[in-house]
Amino acid sequence: MNESIPPKEERMAALSGLGTSRKRVEDARFTQGKGNYVDDMKMPGMLFGDFVRSPYAHARIKSINTEAALSLPGVHAVLTAADLEPLGLHWMPTLAGDKQMVLADGKVLFQGQEVAYVVADDRYVADDGIQAVMVEYEELPVLVDPFKAELNDAPVLREDIADQSEGAHGPRRHPNHIFTWESGDRAATESVLSEAEVMAEEMVYYHRTHPCPLETCGCVASMDKVNGKLTVWGTFQAPHAVRTVASLISGIAEHNIRIVSPDIGGGFGNKVGVYPGYICAIVASIVTGVPVKWVEDRMDNLMATAFARDYWMQGKISATKEGKITGLWCHTTADHGAFDACADPTKFPAGFMNICTGSYDIPTAYLAVDGIYTNKAPGGVAYRCSFRVTEAAYFIERMIEVLAIKLGMDAADLRAKNFIRKDQFPYQSALGWEYDSGDYHTSWNKALAAVDYQGLRAEQAERLAAFGRGETRKLIGIGLSHFTEIVGAGPVKNCDILGLGMFDSCEIRIHPTGSAIARLGTISQGQGHATTFAQILASEIGIPAEDITLEEGDTDTAPYGLGTYGSRSTPVAGAATAMAGRKIRAKAQMIAAYLLEVHDNDVEWDVDRFSVKGAPERFKTMKEIAFASYNQAIPGVEPGLEAVSYYDPPNMTYPFGAYVCVMEIDVDTGTTEIRQFYALDDCGTRINPMIIEGQVHGGLTEALAIALGQEIAYDDQGNVTTGTLMDFFMPTAWETPNYQTDFTETPSPHHPIGAKGVGESPNVGGVPAFSNAVHDAFKSFGLTQSHMPHDHWRIWKIANSLGLHD
Amino acid sequence: MGKTHLKMTVNGKDVELMAEPRQLLIHVLREELNLTGAHVGCESSHCGACTVDMNGMSVKSCTVFAAQAQHAEITTIEGLGSPDGLHALQEMFKEHHGLQCGYCTPGMITRAHRLLQENSNPSEEEVRFGISGNLCRCTGYQNIVKAILAAAAKMNEMKESA
Amino acid sequence: MIASAFEYHKPDTVDGVISLLSKWGDDARVVAGGHSLIPVMKQRMTDISHLIDLGGISELKGVSIDGDTITIGAMTTQHELATDEALAEAAPLIREASLQIADPQVRYMGTIGGNVANGDPANDMPGLMQTLDATYHLTGPAGKREVKARDFYEAAYFTAREDEEILTAISFAKPSGGFAYEKQKRKIGDYATAAAGVMITIVGGTCTAASVALTNLSDTPVYCGAAVDALVGSSLDDTTIKVAVAAAVDASDPVADTRGPVDFKKYVAGVIVKKAITSALARA
Repeated sequence: MNESIPPKEERMAALSGLGTSRKRVEDARFTQGKGNYVDDMKMPGMLFGDFVRSPYAHARIKSINTEAALSLPGVHAVLTAADLEPLGLHWMPTLAGDKQMVLADGKVLFQGQEVAYVVADDRYVADDGIQAVMVEYEELPVLVDPFKAELNDAPVLREDIADQSEGAHGPRRHPNHIFTWESGDRAATESVLSEAEVMAEEMVYYHRTHPCPLETCGCVASMDKVNGKLTVWGTFQAPHAVRTVASLISGIAEHNIRIVSPDIGGGFGNKVGVYPGYICAIVASIVTGVPVKWVEDRMDNLMATAFARDYWMQGKISATKEGKITGLWCHTTADHGAFDACADPTKFPAGFMNICTGSYDIPTAYLAVDGIYTNKAPGGVAYRCSFRVTEAAYFIERMIEVLAIKLGMDAADLRAKNFIRKDQFPYQSALGWEYDSGDYHTSWNKALAAVDYQGLRAEQAERLAAFGRGETRKLIGIGLSHFTEIVGAGPVKNCDILGLGMFDSCEIRIHPTGSAIARLGTISQGQGHATTFAQILASEIGIPAEDITLEEGDTDTAPYGLGTYGSRSTPVAGAATAMAGRKIRAKAQMIAAYLLEVHDNDVEWDVDRFSVKGAPERFKTMKEIAFASYNQAIPGVEPGLEAVSYYDPPNMTYPFGAYVCVMEIDVDTGTTEIRQFYALDDCGTRINPMIIEGQVHGGLTEALAIALGQEIAYDDQGNVTTGTLMDFFMPTAWETPNYQTDFTETPSPHHPIGAKGVGESPNVGGVPAFSNAVHDAFKSFGLTQSHMPHDHWRIWKIANSLGLHD
Repeated sequence: MGKTHLKMTVNGKDVELMAEPRQLLIHVLREELNLTGAHVGCESSHCGACTVDMNGMSVKSCTVFAAQAQHAEITTIEGLGSPDGLHALQEMFKEHHGLQCGYCTPGMITRAHRLLQENSNPSEEEVRFGISGNLCRCTGYQNIVKAILAAAAKMNEMKESA
Repeated sequence: MIASAFEYHKPDTVDGVISLLSKWGDDARVVAGGHSLIPVMKQRMTDISHLIDLGGISELKGVSIDGDTITIGAMTTQHELATDEALAEAAPLIREASLQIADPQVRYMGTIGGNVANGDPANDMPGLMQTLDATYHLTGPAGKREVKARDFYEAAYFTAREDEEILTAISFAKPSGGFAYEKQKRKIGDYATAAAGVMITIVGGTCTAASVALTNLSDTPVYCGAAVDALVGSSLDDTTIKVAVAAAVDASDPVADTRGPVDFKKYVAGVIVKKAITSALARA
């Protein structure tokens, strides 16, 4: 009764499903300048709000005079903490259980802090208004160094909580101390270390940097007083969480708040948190009755919105003489700035720093993290990172190198000797994680073979000899990194943010004619969700990806989800998508069986249709089934074809990879050149290889920037010295190399399609590879550890201190 | 200090408007003319997201006062191709995955367009040097460079067959 | 980052500029390409109520090569300098240096006049002009005068130009011999960590003329007379080059910034000067 059926392969190809390098559906609008970013929005009567910011890192505010500003034509309002206080909005809760000033309440605690909010006709008048606001400050002693925070003469920063001995994460031992967080077995680890045959100790610093997406943070808030509904369009990586937080702190019922993330120009963690700019725009819209836009400028972004890293990690690692690691100890001093605004799951004040045993089978380990207040901007967000896994990976990949030096072993061999073996998965780590799957020896061997590791070492030795003979001033560094990620936060049993479980969601509606729309709780910031999630669905429900619309970011229409960061979209929302697809398929099976007049169990799935077992010529395609679901009265089956899935992952996923960086270093100028960079990533099942490769290129370039120069630096008065894109290092096409990508594929056993996520891997694994290359170049001259960023002068300093200059 | 009467040709159309001299070209284009393709990224002429073509030059429109653009001929991303006929660069950026979040893309393509006008057959090194005034945070440039080289080849092919 | 309001003027003659400057005094500033001035205005670090755009004055544009003299109008852009074939033939050092300034977009707008006249020690053209021993042509209410590039710079942002004068052109003798402009920077778009311009003429194995100048290594560009003295008359042997490099480093007086501390900058200055000398020598 049906014409001939096209071959399976042909039908699969027509779906553009899993594993195909499907071109992106987003690109049509982006390449034609038709994206819709928040600053593109224009609404009738819209005003613009912007901040008076503190020039000082620590000062008491003696007075704020807004008269002159208010008298400027076009200035509508100037908000200060005093105006917000009656609403209870002069402070706001942070994601880390602390609170943060929305507008300076009596004092300022970091340079760039929001002091007053000027609302005006447009950004020009707002800026004139900012200049006209007179603030009288009394400067206070500044605390920049976290190691001086608990000295007797240290200034007390947070007077609001100075006498509280208990914080959100347990006891506080000093007014400038936030928390101590411990993981692992301290006594056992100390005992292992004290009896160790070999022990290496080092301070590893991962400096303060910033996600710095090309689009800064901003929003448009619009309070519709007629309908009592607040809508906020903004740069939100987690729109639903923002809605709940906005409701909790404003008192507006959650159903009367709509949060929309339009197109987002990169996030990288910068757009996870809630900023004073959002709160002030909302209040200003309520006060003025018209929409209010706030878009920060680049200096504001670098100075005031969330920084990343700033972990001082003191490490000890022990091993047998043969190089079998026996124990790992780490104490981290975490500089959180003036407010603890880290964006970590609530139970993890130091994020997943306790993944710091890395790819290695380390039987005993202990980690403690002390959070400290300083006069710096708050933040501590996951910059293309799953909650401090980047710091953890850098720490262990440095400690391995330090241990290799101590042992006199090749660092590649030392890694191979200590990798968790394939047969040990699922692997229980000493610090409490269950790694889902991995095959580290395979990835490592493939990487070393691909770069001809032995050949590189021989070339390096020759170069060293030539250097010794005075024939060259350039050294070769070979930077190794084998990282294990922990992503896909996360299981609701231990992962929540402000009490919101970190599940995610997908809702699918199949239209009568066989096309579909799917909505997710996540939000793309360049990851290409509209392309890749449609691919997951295409393979699950047999509808071509091009016939599936993906929608995210509007809390009025999308199902609840915790958003996109920490490589969680594929592991969590991707899983929800597959599961919702399977519900569609289950219902479709019943419809097909009814139409084919057989029992449900007598039909089987065949790419894009159900056919009768043993009689493949009798089938119903998904297109036919979709139409039937809308026009046939099927006994016991509701009309329509829709499904929703809320997916609570049973575990995190553990992507991994093996990276090798070959670097040329000029010892006289401190300049570097990346000669080769090989990146092997294993992210489990690969959804779209083209997009994976693009993610790897981008993440590696961020890693290069971080390792070789990108920092938020402060002088001793707490002034930011890297506030523009000249000083905050972002490489251009000229400084960026071509990368060589590769992969192995070890599916996650618990993820519905075996995918693990890849977005952050290159940043996480890239930084140690670049940094290790610098260290490696100087290893034979006695260097064991030198802090990032390895910009020209710091590399020069290494060479200088090793006596390599005349 | 009042507004100035400005006349420009934007994407082939003559436009007239009143603007304060201090208004930046990027804001005139985005807010007065609703051409929101070019973006503001750094405001200090480092990132190139605001790149438009002015009188045959690639300029960072965040660092040009509106008054300086009096009588200028301006092309923005919106003037390069249409939904029915994409410019080769637009096509190749999609084909070679030369964009992710899309924020730098209009400036990048507009810059690449001028580069290819001046050098129709650039080497990879010339492309990298030629787009070094445009920052991208997502792609690591590798696929952007590939896309521009592919667009150059395609444009040359089209020229030959014409 | 929004500039405060100003009145905009675009005269079409140099006299028009001078009369506006005379009228408005300190409240007025001229703008050429604007890529140094506009960012400063946007940060409201300077208060200007009258902005005088030099973009409408055709006599300020263009390169002319007249026998042995090269004259470049102040409003000639870096892009034009880098792409002018006749200029590249006559003074290839200009192209080499121009391409090391900022990035492509900035070079379309940035002018040689703006680059040399605003007195920013980080700019590349002042050091280059000292290398070339260029002459700056100024016009003011009292008429025209000339100042040598090597005498023009007094301190950061302080020059021999009077407030009511503008720089109209730069001229220099067609260079001969070997040349190089070497620059170390962190990335495209950055100012120099250290940069140096060098010219060397060799006749019969002896250096008969030389020039060495530094960029961003003091609060002004630095012409290194002692280094030149060391080179001229020598056979440019390794010892001489060492002495010249040491003299140049001695003449530098950098300040610490995000590019690095003073000892690093001085060391790199030495490396860069040596590279520039070596490279100029190879081309001589």
